[in-house]
Amino acid sequence: MTQTNINTRHIPDRLHSRSYRALRSWETLLLTVAIVVFVINSFASPYFLNAWSLSDATFNFTEKAMIAFAMALLIIAGEIDLSVASIIALASTAMGFAVQHGAGTPELIMIGLTVGLLCGAFNAVFVTILGLPSIVVTIGSMSLFRGISFIILGDGAFRGYPADFAWFGQGYIYWVFTVEIAIFALIAVIYFVLLHKTNFGRAVYAIGNNPTGALFSGIRVQRVKFILFLLTGLMSGVAAICLTSRLGSTRPSIALGMELEVVTMVVLGGVNILGGSGSIHGVVIAAFVMGLVTFGLGLLNVPGIVMSIFIGLLLIGVIALPRVWAMFVAKRNTP
Amino acid sequence: MLSKLIPMRETILGAAILLLLALVATRFAGFIAPANLANVLNDTAPLIILALGQMVVILTRCIDLSVAANLALTGMAMAMLNVAMPDLPIALIIALSILIGAAMGAINGLLVWKLEIPPIVVTLGTMTIFRGIIFLISEGKWVNSHEMSAAFTGFPRDVMLGLPMLSWVAILITILFGIMMSRSSFGRSIFAVGGNPHAAVYTGINVGKTQFFAFVLSGALAGLTGYLWVARYAVAYVDIAGGFELEVVAACVIGGISIAGGIGSVGGAVLGALFLGVVKNALPVVNISPFWQLAISGSAILIAVAFNAQSGKAKGRIILKTSKDAT
Repeated sequence: MTQTNINTRHIPDRLHSRSYRALRSWETLLLTVAIVVFVINSFASPYFLNAWSLSDATFNFTEKAMIAFAMALLIIAGEIDLSVASIIALASTAMGFAVQHGAGTPELIMIGLTVGLLCGAFNAVFVTILGLPSIVVTIGSMSLFRGISFIILGDGAFRGYPADFAWFGQGYIYWVFTVEIAIFALIAVIYFVLLHKTNFGRAVYAIGNNPTGALFSGIRVQRVKFILFLLTGLMSGVAAICLTSRLGSTRPSIALGMELEVVTMVVLGGVNILGGSGSIHGVVIAAFVMGLVTFGLGLLNVPGIVMSIFIGLLLIGVIALPRVWAMFVAKRNTP
Repeated sequence: MLSKLIPMRETILGAAILLLLALVATRFAGFIAPANLANVLNDTAPLIILALGQMVVILTRCIDLSVAANLALTGMAMAMLNVAMPDLPIALIIALSILIGAAMGAINGLLVWKLEIPPIVVTLGTMTIFRGIIFLISEGKWVNSHEMSAAFTGFPRDVMLGLPMLSWVAILITILFGIMMSRSSFGRSIFAVGGNPHAAVYTGINVGKTQFFAFVLSGALAGLTGYLWVARYAVAYVDIAGGFELEVVAACVIGGISIAGGIGSVGGAVLGALFLGVVKNALPVVNISPFWQLAISGSAILIAVAFNAQSGKAKGRIILKTSKDAT
């Protein structure tokens, strides 16, 4: 945030080899953390190392991670969307409303995805067409979307979802593999290809590093950002379908505070919160780390609110530690 | 010349509040009786105090989302202290609440200053950490009014010159902030840091340090409000003031404080808070469900930020077309 000193760029004589860089990368560190957490958990609780309980544990992160992939692209492009949890609430409320009027599963899915897209478009219009800062816009729409849910539902709840709708949040594809983890994996692959293998992905990085430069190299900056907001809305719609299907009911406080966990997941995955860098595989590993940590703590009877302390510390810690380390190295290298 | 004498944003906002009051008065005349308006002011006092702290932080291009959690943690700590030591003088309680709040603000400030972590990340993190700590120290239990001493819960309600002390604290802090922002070098450096950090460095202002003190100030006010809140409602639990940080940011944005830093005024922050306070108090009077509150403040944020961006566009000279203006 504070750009007080002018950076003197250090240009090395030659780059390290590809494998050396991969070994030193954030993703490798994260993978190590994931393995360590896994091993600690298996020793800490006898109930951890069981295919079915691990399958249950995936519910801790699948819905959040679906949004996190789209959010990662958005943050890499230098924007943010804090309204995702409220989009879930609104989409879920719309689906619940439709159920009361006799909608079947296909209609519910259409409604969930459409509401997600519309909310994304709403944010996008404010950010890209009116040119407003995304953080304020999405703080505003966060209140607005959830506020509409509160107006519709008050202190009530929608129930009575059709039986086949439960498949998304409660069904299994094969053995212990849930429908949700399958959707998660599919979305991860799609976003990996989109960010790392397409022109669109290169444009996202370019915008995050230098929006003006990106514009002058022929990238339609505002259009790309518009699409990114749409994608984030759409993913929130998908997450809303999964979450509603899993819970089987809708209250206006559904997914309250989830935006924080999504942003934490993205930042933990090595995405620079100021934009310009990050990777999808990093976010995938971060999703597993967060899922394993919360599941492990849950097995040890740690209450949810205490877990949120760990999430908060994780968020600040993963950003602070490399900076402290860099300061330490810089101090040692100066004579 | 005239536009300089009458700040545009504040005038429009003030007019909007008066219009709102007039509209409510047509439905229910008693709403604009002085006694009721005093009630509205008293009800809005915590929001005013927090909005002033938030204003300083936003002016320096930062944001503090941890204020509500800070308020709740300090409030819980003070309530538990009161249960443990009921004879502690109120002055000491107030001083302690300010200190504890400032210490939490200092944690945010240090992370932003020394490690240069983006403020939104820092305060999103500390927000959950502070909430979690409340659960740890209270073990999830409530502190109820019968456990608190009469002096503890009495202070914010003590009436002086027709207004409760809670209102007077808000008024006092508004005056102090008015002086600080316009008459002290710290106040000017806050505007300088937010307006142009690079230029601020060349004028000898330490940008990070100014942001650090902005966070300390915001934390101190959150701590003070924590005590006032718990004493006024005579109850402390983990979730008090949940989501209040958004209302505080909303008050600032509605009050014309630019989220990009450098633009804003004490009057704007106070009027923004009052606007939300009037809406909140008017809803039940005109028979609208309180569940509308959230959607209304969300819309108010969006309208205010769109409006402010439009009115601020005339300033400055565009040399190169920036990416934001292009399609």
